[in-house]
Amino acid sequence: MSTPSTSAPGRLARFLDGDVWYSFRRTPTAMVAALIALVCLFCALFANWVAPHNPFDLTTLDLSDARVPPAWMEGGSGKFLLGTDDQGRDILSALMFGARISLFVGFVSVILSVLIGVALGLLSGFAGGRVDGFIMRVCDVMLSFPAILIALLIDGIGRALFPNAHDTLAFAVLILAISLTGWVKFARTVRGSTMVERNKEYVQAARVIGVPPLRIMRRHVLPNVVGPVFVLATIDVGQAILIEATLSFLGVGVPPTSPSLGTLIRIGNDFLFSGEWWITIFPGLMLILIVLSVNLLGDWLRDALNPRLR
Amino acid sequence: MSSTALVEVDDLAKTFDVSPPWLNRVVERKPRLFVHAVDGVSFAIERGRTLALVGESGCGKSTVARLLVGLYRPTRGSVRFDGRHTDQPRSAAEQQQLHRRMQMIFQDPYASLNPRWKVLDIVAEPLTEHGLASSADELRQRVGELLQSVGLAAADCEKFPHQFSGGQRQRISIARALATEPEFLVCDEPTSALDVSVQAQVLNIMKDLQRARGLTYLFISHNLAVVRHVADQVGVMYLGRLVELADKAALFASPRHPYTRMLLDAIPDIRMSGRARTPVQGEVPNPLSPPTGCAFHPRCPHADARCASERPALKAFHGVQVACHAVEQGRI
Amino acid sequence: MVTPLLEVRNLRVEFPTRRGTLLALDDISFEIAPGEVLGVVGESGAGKSLTGAAIIGLLEPPGRIAGGEIRLEGQRIDHLPYEQLRRIRGRRIGAIFQDPLTSLNPLYTVGRQLVETIQTHLPVSADEARRRAIKLLQETGIPAAEHRIDQYPHQFSGGMRQRVVIALALAAEPKLVVADEPTTALDVSIQAQIISLLKRLCKEHGAAVMLVTHDMGVIAETCDRVAVLYAGRIAEIGPVGDVIHRPQHPYTAGLMGSIPAMDEDRERLLQIDGAMPRLNAIPAGCAFNPRCPKVVDRCRSERPDLMDAGATRAACWRVAS
Repeated sequence: MSTPSTSAPGRLARFLDGDVWYSFRRTPTAMVAALIALVCLFCALFANWVAPHNPFDLTTLDLSDARVPPAWMEGGSGKFLLGTDDQGRDILSALMFGARISLFVGFVSVILSVLIGVALGLLSGFAGGRVDGFIMRVCDVMLSFPAILIALLIDGIGRALFPNAHDTLAFAVLILAISLTGWVKFARTVRGSTMVERNKEYVQAARVIGVPPLRIMRRHVLPNVVGPVFVLATIDVGQAILIEATLSFLGVGVPPTSPSLGTLIRIGNDFLFSGEWWITIFPGLMLILIVLSVNLLGDWLRDALNPRLR
Repeated sequence: MSSTALVEVDDLAKTFDVSPPWLNRVVERKPRLFVHAVDGVSFAIERGRTLALVGESGCGKSTVARLLVGLYRPTRGSVRFDGRHTDQPRSAAEQQQLHRRMQMIFQDPYASLNPRWKVLDIVAEPLTEHGLASSADELRQRVGELLQSVGLAAADCEKFPHQFSGGQRQRISIARALATEPEFLVCDEPTSALDVSVQAQVLNIMKDLQRARGLTYLFISHNLAVVRHVADQVGVMYLGRLVELADKAALFASPRHPYTRMLLDAIPDIRMSGRARTPVQGEVPNPLSPPTGCAFHPRCPHADARCASERPALKAFHGVQVACHAVEQGRI
Repeated sequence: MVTPLLEVRNLRVEFPTRRGTLLALDDISFEIAPGEVLGVVGESGAGKSLTGAAIIGLLEPPGRIAGGEIRLEGQRIDHLPYEQLRRIRGRRIGAIFQDPLTSLNPLYTVGRQLVETIQTHLPVSADEARRRAIKLLQETGIPAAEHRIDQYPHQFSGGMRQRVVIALALAAEPKLVVADEPTTALDVSIQAQIISLLKRLCKEHGAAVMLVTHDMGVIAETCDRVAVLYAGRIAEIGPVGDVIHRPQHPYTAGLMGSIPAMDEDRERLLQIDGAMPRLNAIPAGCAFNPRCPKVVDRCRSERPDLMDAGATRAACWRVAS
């Protein structure tokens, strides 16, 4: 018969003992990527305290500080480690505040994408039939448009509807636009897994017990299909930040009063050929760093969670 | 049909539409395709007894199980539980009552428990769903009792399914099925995925529980030796139809239908090896295009012209029910 | 004394995992004589499939042979490099696996797979190979073989496919055929056909068979001798009639008792309490001792080797006395 058991270990203990954490400790790429991502996140979250200057405080700006090169170059100064732009704003500080905007928009868009995608995917996989067919056709249609185009379209509609929108609404429209480009992959993944789980005996057992379908979907199927979503979501954060950067670069993204990394790249672009390369390059590098570290983390997570590769 | 029967099934049938998608049908002019998984099955199960349905793959026995518990809706025919039809429109309360009195145990011990749930939640789910426990403590106590009744420890409720072996998981499934104190259990190949020694444990538990609680079982299996051990009555199915229905002793002592005889003959048995056997012919036909008349006639050594054209009905014959023209005519 | 066709001595197979090394096969020794049918029976986790895999050289990494030797016709094969092993596989050892669906390449015709196997191992022309392939298919009972040889696996039913797999295993005329659960995925009525076919064909082609299965009924019908595995060790080995009807090892006796029989009615099946130990929790001494109804103190500390017990050999201290 069964051995007398001690109480099962808590969730944290189980996680630390598990294969995922073990894989993480043994993958240097993942650890470095996680470190970089955490540093960027930290700087972004606590920019108010970490940044040496506040680039948006007009009272601290001094035009005589304009176009100062980075500290290690001739003419640079220790006060502005990465130089300044044409208005005297410190690039390093602008990077941190910009990263905050970019990360904020990126994360919230992905969260929204996940919510929409998982809900529709669950519904599609569980209901089957015409509901499934309809949702999948919507997915197909959305996939045939480039992400940027969809974002531009929704953004444009938003601006047309609310021409005098103040910033919060502009943000909301932007986030909605980006999230609507990304939900399809979540829906499809979850739909596939749901269709597999739906035929498993534990779902049938729940039906025989008399549990209503919505509760089965939420309590039985959802926890079992949500795994791959984490991997996709991690990689999608990078994608969302890039889309936001592109939109901001094009001038239709975040409002100019809250410049994201994309906005900074655009502003700096004008000065590229007059020799002040640092105004555009550093925001670009920061963007690459964030997206790269998030992508690497996502890659590692996908391999770590793949039972066949263990 | 006896009025003391707990479960009565009358001309039950289930057809699945496996046609190619609409677009393919229109463009490639493919016909609609149907599988008659269950094609007119009738039987009755008395209270406290076990009816076993045997047959090979594609015979429809699992589909019958699912029709009985309501996982599928019948295309034709009826199921009556304790005298009342199960598929007539009922109030939600009556539907829930049915779910309480009738439960199911599945074949795959690895897929029949939600891997993310603790055993406590798994076994408690029927109790919470039907409001049978008034507090968390009472719930835990009930679950502990159920686990003990199947030979596990009450403390096992804190563990997850992957911490248990196949046989233990099957016992957890049984505990879950018994939570609402049902009268009727449908068991779909409950021991087919288990090792022989574990199977013995589970079968013994099931028999003990039946005796203690007066349970009625519908036991689906492809293993005739196991069926011989657990059943009171045996029904042999072939391509969706019942070909023979008899008390266990009668079926094993003198099988009537040629398919039953073929099955009994074909089983490798550890104690009866080396006996003379009639060679087995052919394979189970494709259910998409079943033979005309009697489904078994292409493989039957006694088939004649009538067998190929007229489908035999299940008829009483010397105390058993057989669907065979040759038996009816006294040819075999 | 006839030289045994296959000799396995003190075979150990282990799996290094991050929580330590698991010993899946612990000191297995047995022989197969030419033309003999040896059954290897055991429950899940006993290591019977691993034994077959180790012999063919198909152990999945990180599993590896950690000790002992395997000799085929006197020649050691357990430590051969891949290229040499490849030549032995198919030519001298044929393999039949459980699932006929995945044993055949769905993209090639049956004929092409047969001809390719024959030509890889035997020096014959393409025409001759095709002739032999058709003959093999006919021998395995596939009707209209000259026509069906050019069909694809999906055009065959499950039982037919397994016949093709048997033909494929015998194509290069191996001396030993390792069959791992060849009938488990098939219907009962087809099982009987396939078992008798396997036995008859191997006899005609002069091939010995190592039949790995959990089904004692199949063993009873096909095998000359049988080895009963428990927790990676052999519990009992001997002629099939003796092991089944007069088992000496308590595990074998329990196993036989728990199988429902076709010829008698019993109220309760004999049950062995507990379960086979997991690989990381094998008890000291005899692996079966926690569950054994006849356990004595010695069983808990000293591991018994296979000892003579009349007609069979059993790894049990009770037998020694």
